[in-house]
Order: sequence, then structure tokens, then C-alpha cells
Amino acid sequence: MKVTIDGIEIDVPKGTTILQAARMIGPEVAPPAMCYHSKLKTSGGYCRTCIVKVTQGSAANPTPMPKPVASCRTEVMDGMVVENFINKEVLEARKGVVEFLLINHPLDCPVCDQAGECKLQDLGYENGAASTRYEFKRREFEVIDIGDKIKLHMNRCILCYRCVKTADQITNDRVHGVISRGDASEISTYIENVIDNDFSGNVIDVCPVGALTDKTFRFKQRVWFTKPVDAHRDCKVCSGKSRVWLKGEEVLRVTARKDQWDEVEEFICNSCRYDHKKTSDWVIEGPSPVNRNSVISQNHYEHLNQLKLQVLKQQKALGFMPLDKKP
Amino acid sequence: MGRKVLIQNDKIPGINTLEVYRANGGYASVEKALKTMTPDQVTDEVKKSGLRGRGGAGFPTGLKWSFLAKPEGVARYLVCNADESEPGTFKDRYLMEKIPHALIEGMITASYALGAKVSYIYIRGEYFYVLRIIEKAIAEAYEAGWLGKNILGTDFSHDCYVQVGGGAYICGEETALLESLEGKRGNPRIKPPFPAVAGLWGCPTVVNNVETIAAVCPIINMGGEEYAKIGIGKSTGTKLISASGHINKPGVYEIELGLPVEEFIFSEEYCGGIRNGKKLKAVVAGGSSVPILPADLILKTANGEPRLMSYESLSDGGFITGTMLGSGGFIVMDEDTSIVKNLFTFARFYHHESCGQCSPCREGTGWMEKIIHKFINGTANESDVDLLWDIQSKIEGKTICPLGEAAAWPVAAAIRHFRQEFIDIAKSKKFVDISHYNRLNKIVA
Amino acid sequence: MSSQLHGAQHFDKSKRTKIEFSEDAMKTVQTIITHYPEGKHKSALLPILHIAQAEFGGWLSPETMDYVAFVLKIKPIEVFEVASFYSMYNLQPMGKCILEVCQTSSCWLNGAEDILKYIEKKIGIKVGETTKDGMFSLKAVECLGSCGTAPMMQCGASYHENLTYDKVDKVIENYSADGKLRSYTDHDYKNTL
Repeated sequence: MKVTIDGIEIDVPKGTTILQAARMIGPEVAPPAMCYHSKLKTSGGYCRTCIVKVTQGSAANPTPMPKPVASCRTEVMDGMVVENFINKEVLEARKGVVEFLLINHPLDCPVCDQAGECKLQDLGYENGAASTRYEFKRREFEVIDIGDKIKLHMNRCILCYRCVKTADQITNDRVHGVISRGDASEISTYIENVIDNDFSGNVIDVCPVGALTDKTFRFKQRVWFTKPVDAHRDCKVCSGKSRVWLKGEEVLRVTARKDQWDEVEEFICNSCRYDHKKTSDWVIEGPSPVNRNSVISQNHYEHLNQLKLQVLKQQKALGFMPLDKKP
Repeated sequence: MGRKVLIQNDKIPGINTLEVYRANGGYASVEKALKTMTPDQVTDEVKKSGLRGRGGAGFPTGLKWSFLAKPEGVARYLVCNADESEPGTFKDRYLMEKIPHALIEGMITASYALGAKVSYIYIRGEYFYVLRIIEKAIAEAYEAGWLGKNILGTDFSHDCYVQVGGGAYICGEETALLESLEGKRGNPRIKPPFPAVAGLWGCPTVVNNVETIAAVCPIINMGGEEYAKIGIGKSTGTKLISASGHINKPGVYEIELGLPVEEFIFSEEYCGGIRNGKKLKAVVAGGSSVPILPADLILKTANGEPRLMSYESLSDGGFITGTMLGSGGFIVMDEDTSIVKNLFTFARFYHHESCGQCSPCREGTGWMEKIIHKFINGTANESDVDLLWDIQSKIEGKTICPLGEAAAWPVAAAIRHFRQEFIDIAKSKKFVDISHYNRLNKIVA
Repeated sequence: MSSQLHGAQHFDKSKRTKIEFSEDAMKTVQTIITHYPEGKHKSALLPILHIAQAEFGGWLSPETMDYVAFVLKIKPIEVFEVASFYSMYNLQPMGKCILEVCQTSSCWLNGAEDILKYIEKKIGIKVGETTKDGMFSLKAVECLGSCGTAPMMQCGASYHENLTYDKVDKVIENYSADGKLRSYTDHDYKNTL
């Protein structure tokens, strides 16, 4: 099936969504997504950040779709033409969605453990306005522990349903869900307040914001001062393929590995996540691939050295003399 | 006087019982369909009738039926949407309460056409007493052999159950209704797939409004072509209108589509004019979600032609000067009504009823309510009108289900036609509810 | 809006008491379950929650929700998700008679605000509160499909329409006099349409 996104054509198999097709082309046309997660079935459709305009439904029926559609839940038709970043209407609508996601968000980034790896932060930076038009009291919930390892900051939640779908699809006993309705909706557990099974920690990794955070890593370190490496260990419960976040020789936290879209590649078990916090527990494979735009990449000395070399080369070519080398 | 085919017998004593209903020609459509027609012929008659969904969207019913997937060995379902919750609308309640068998008869005939062995009537929870009436009617129908195995000695067997909701406007959206019927939160599904392909428990399903299903009976009895002669143009047949607000005779009226709006409001046969000799200010013609129109535009189109009660005439002029027939919830406001305050009740409603699944509706409906509340407080600024306009435009068309539009349209229309009212409040920093005395008059006995 | 609204989250498991449907209620429950195909019994959740609410004191306590989950063989969180979504289920103890006064458009156009104020004064509580004797709770609700007979209020299964101050007096006096718990599932409903 042929689909054209922002003027770039690609051939994709039947059943591919617009978002998947756009990701195959690359980040230059891929819409941002907050609630869609490639490893979770039926995820997506809720946050509306990935909306795009379908200007031609298909070759057989070229009529445009009347409303913007959620690209993560709309399958490609042969001959479909989609506009994302080149469509002003889409950009304006997306700006609106970002504003909606932010009006009740506490904007407590300075004290949020997710800062630096937060999808909402990135989204706000790329599409948001510099000031808010919302002048009312923001929604407030208490911060609660759900189990001894996970902290729930409901104030920060954007109700993406990823954690609910994770619990449904990779564990067999979901004890938390979305309760109440409308803007009073919240993520909550039933009575026990404890999410406890071998894979429960994965809800932290799928959370796009700082609503679910790892208590064992809480306030330990800003993520941009840690160095992620891909590592593995022999694990009977999961594949053991993890991402280990180092500060010097110290293991500050363990997470699942994420792909270039920040989505978990393979879910890991709680034992790998919480109980193996020594470098000797892990076989380190090498530095994790980190997006150049990410603040985390600044701590990647490899990249930094390369950058320095490039700068030096340029300066040399232009006949610059570094200040400290000047006679 | 317009023709009536749905509730013409509503005043006959005992019409809620099977005996009296049958004596007045009830269940004739089941007899005719099961004994003399194939299921496809029944669907064809509905197609010929031009019947359009009476719940609000106005989608052609016959066409909807023809979309139903019919894979071998997979059950198909008919679900009746009796989750009537659109403010201003109470016609389904009237029909079910007065003539419950009209709905059950329609359910059997429609199920025969669709090949549905089981059907459900999903009724809003607040109508619990209506549920009792329907339950009783279903029991009577089983007793008399209209439901159950081999109806009228034919091969067609059918079971009909009534299911109760828990209090949620959103369950009137067909996929939210199906979720609710499956015992879940009423979160609308992301479409496609449409219910015609994957509906109740993943099986092909048709969801129709109470009035739509009841209208199938006269269509089969008189034939689709004959039914299509009632009404005007593509607005065939009759429509139940729920009339409320500042009129002398509020209530449910069956009108022949094409009736002039002016006649509907002012004639003694229908609303009987505006209460207390007041002047007409505005009308919400099709339930809270359709755009409000000021008196001049509801009585005449922008071209100066008389506005008619029909799908086409009411939407003449688009949203700039027109509105929609919607569910037929006809709310009339007199000259003393504050459009801003009325809008506030709508905004509060949609905020309360948003399911919270998608962000524009979850966050936007509450925001709009808060801003409109500033006008009621007298603390709003002129810029709030533009902000409100901008927010509604960012909800409309961006949501999973039509609740986004339903919440956005009334705000847009109130600003479009009554902007000055907002501005006056913002300038004077004062909100005066001028209709208060008028209202108080009614309730002080 | 805060989590504290929901009794279930601060529920002490050790204080759990054993509850069971009456024989009649159990029969109704079992009939309802037969309305759906094999394995689709979760569909019975909404009607059964109504029955449970009527049976166990007019609200859904954590014990009640646990019990419903047990009867339907579903997870307790599935019950909680649903019970907290719909407006007719009470997650806190309520008065025996919940006066639900409609406040949307047509009812507002016909004086619902004054009716509400009148009731507040008459029974001495504000919207959202319950009288000290546990007899009445007052709620302002959204459209109940009674626009042509506005203003109106619902109490249990009964619709009280075309309200006037006089009518409100009578309704409240009647309810006070018999002191019974009113439920949506009641068979002795009154309506004035």
C-alpha cells in the first residue's frame, strides 16, 4: 500500500497505521505521540497529539476525511495522502491539544524525577505557548505510594491509559485502573493500594510523564547526570536485557530499554529492576543510543569529545586560535 | 393537521397493555413481515421509506441496516438506544411509558430484518420506572407468543431483553452504549471498526433509537413508499418533538416533518405560544447540542423563507444562520431569558458528562464551564469571549466521539448570535438574571 | 476530586464484614445473568450494582463491591472502575431519600434554582449534604428527561414533576412520614407525566 505523508511516499503492508508509516519514513514526518505505545495492543487514540489531516482518503475514494484523525489508530489505505507538519490546521490543533494537556498539569518540572526524559516536557517545548491562558485552580490529588516501589503523582498524569494496558496485557492480575470520569478521572488502585507482581515495575517505564516514578531512584540524581548503558544478566523471569543508569561506578536505576520513540523494547521483571543495583550484577554491552536532542546525551562523553574535535577542525579551517593557546 | 403514525393512540385507556394495543392494530407489522416478507424485503421497505435515525444524527436507517456484516455462524444483534439524555429531549420516555408495545413490536420486526436472534433495549438508569413498564410489556409479549421460539409458527425465534444504565449521558453514543452493555465504563470506542462490523461482544450490531425502531411498524404496515409520502422532501415521515421552556403547552408532539416552525410554536394544536404573553427570544431546536437560534432566524431562514421542522430547512444556512433537527428537543426561551445563563447550564452539563477519555473534551469542557461561570459572577472580561470561542474551536472535531462537538456547538452559537449579551456583562461587571420573577411565578403555588 | 472521595481507597480490610444477597435478590441476579451469552456475564454488572446498592444500605461500600466482583467472578478493580464512572452509584453513605433536583436548561428556565434553595432551607442542608438524622441527601443533577414537566426532582424510582413549593412540601412530608429507604429499583414508583 502506498501512502504519502508530508509529500514523502512510502510502501507499507496492509494494516499499518498512519503513525507507523510516518515512523518508517522518519522523525521528520512522524507525529508526536503521548498515549500510543507500540508494544501495547489497543493503545492510543486518547491524547490526540498525533492528529493529522487526511487530504485524500485513498486512490479509490479520494475524498478528504472531514476531521483530523488520530494517526496512531487510523490504518493506511492505498493511495492515502496525509499532511502533518506541513498543515497549519494540524499544527494549530496540536497546539490546542498541548494546551489542554497542560492546563491542569502542575508544571513542577524542577522537582520531578521525569524531567529530562519527559514526553510532555518535549511536547510543550515543541508545540506549546510560552504562557498559559488558564487562570483557575489546577486539579489536585494527593501523592500516594502504590506499593513500596512506585510513587503516584496523579497531578502529573495525562490519562494515557498506558499503565492500565500494561497491567492488563503483561500481568494477569490488574489491580489498578482509571476511576471516576471526566476531568475527575484518576489512576487508582482498589483498596489495597499496592501493585505487586513480577512485572509491575513496567508501569513506570511506559508512563510518558512523571506520574509513576521509581521510588528507589527518587531524588537520587537528575537523569542528565546519569549515564545509561545497555546491559544484560541471566534472568529466569525475563530476558534480562535492561538499561542500567550509572553515575560513576554506581547503579542508580534499572529500566527497560527504549527505542528511538521512547517506547519500551522489551518489558523487564521487578527483580532486574529493583534487586540488581551493582555493576557486577550486569554484563555491560555499551552506551545506550540516546537521541541527540535529548538532554541526557550531553553526558555522553563520546559524543562530547566528537563535538569538541569537530569544533577544533572548524576553527582550524577558519584560522582560529583557541584563546588559551594564544601567545 | 399533520398525519400521525406513532403515538396517535396514546390517549386510549389501557394502550400500554398488550390486549388493548393488539385490539388497535398492534403487532400487525410482525405478522406481515414474518408471514409474507423475507428479511431483505423488510430492509428494502425501510430503505424506500427514507426513514432517518431519530436519535439525533439523522443517518438513513435502511442504509445503516444494509451495512450490517453477516458472516456465517456469528451472532448479530439489534440494540435499542433508550439512553435518552440529551437536555430538552423526553420523547422516548413518553413513547415507552405510554405505548411500550410499539417499541417491542418494532424490535421484533427490525430483528427479523437483520437476522438478530437476540436484541437488547438499553434504557437510561434514571428511567428505572420505565424499565418496569417495558419489562412488563416484554413479559406479556412472551406470554402471547410474540417473543420466544418460533414466533407465529415460523422459523424465526427471538429474545428481547431490557438492560439498565447507571447514569451517564455519554452512553447515548452508540459505541459507549455497547461498552456499557458489556459491563464496562461508558467510554466511546475508537472507530473504525463500526458496530455494523464489530459491535456488541465483537459481533455485528445495529444500534437504533427508540423512535426509529418504533417507526419501523408503520413503515411495514403501510409500505415504505406510502410512508415516504408523509413529510417533505428527504425528511420523510413524522417526528416526535419534545417541547419545553417558556411555552403554554409543553409536551411531546408528533408532527409531520415540514410543519412550519412558527405554526409549531404559536398554534393551539402544538406549543400554544409563549407563556405570559411574552415575546420569543430564542430556540434550541434539536436538543442542547444543536446551535441556538434567535427568534428571527428560527422563524425564517436567512433567505426570508419560512423555516420548517425538517432536517433540511432547520440546517439551511449551515451553522452561520441555521441549526439542526437533532433529537427534536425543542427548548423555547422568552424575551427575559439570559442566553449566557442558559449556556452555563449546558456547559456544566457537558463538563459533568464528559467521559474523560480524550484530552480536548476532558480538559476543555471544564475550562469552558469555568469561563462562562465568570460571566455569571460578573467577573468576566471582554477577552474571555474570544478565549471561549478559541477553546470551543479547539475541541470541535478533535475528539474521539461527538460529545466534543456537542459541547462546542452551543458555546459557538451563543457567541455567534448573542455576543452583545456577553460583552454587556463583561463591560458592566454585573450579571442580572431578569427572568427570575417569571420563573418564581410558576413555582409559588 | 481527591482520592479521598472514594471509600474504597481508605478501606481497612480487617474491618470487612460478610454480606450476601437476599434470596429474592439472588434470584433476580441469576435471571439477569441468563440474558447474555455464555462467558459474557460481566454485562450484568450495571444492573447488579443497582440491586446491590438497594440491598446494602443505599450505597456501594468496598464490601459490597468486593461481593459483586465475587458473584460475577470479575476483578474488584473492574467493579470499582464502573461504579465510580456512573452517577447513580453512591460510593459514600447517603440519606435514605436522595432528592435529586434537575438543574439543566429547561428546569432552570422554569425555576429549578429556587426549588433547590427552597429545599435547602426546608431540610436545613446544602447541596451535597445529608441531614443529621440520615433521612435526606440533596443533589443537584443534570437533565433527567423531564423538560416538558419542569421543574422536577427524582427520589429513588419516582419522578416528581411540575414542582411548586407546595408540591415540594408534600413530597418531603410523605417521605419523612414513612421513613423508608428509597431505591431506583423500587417497584412502588410515582410519576406524574
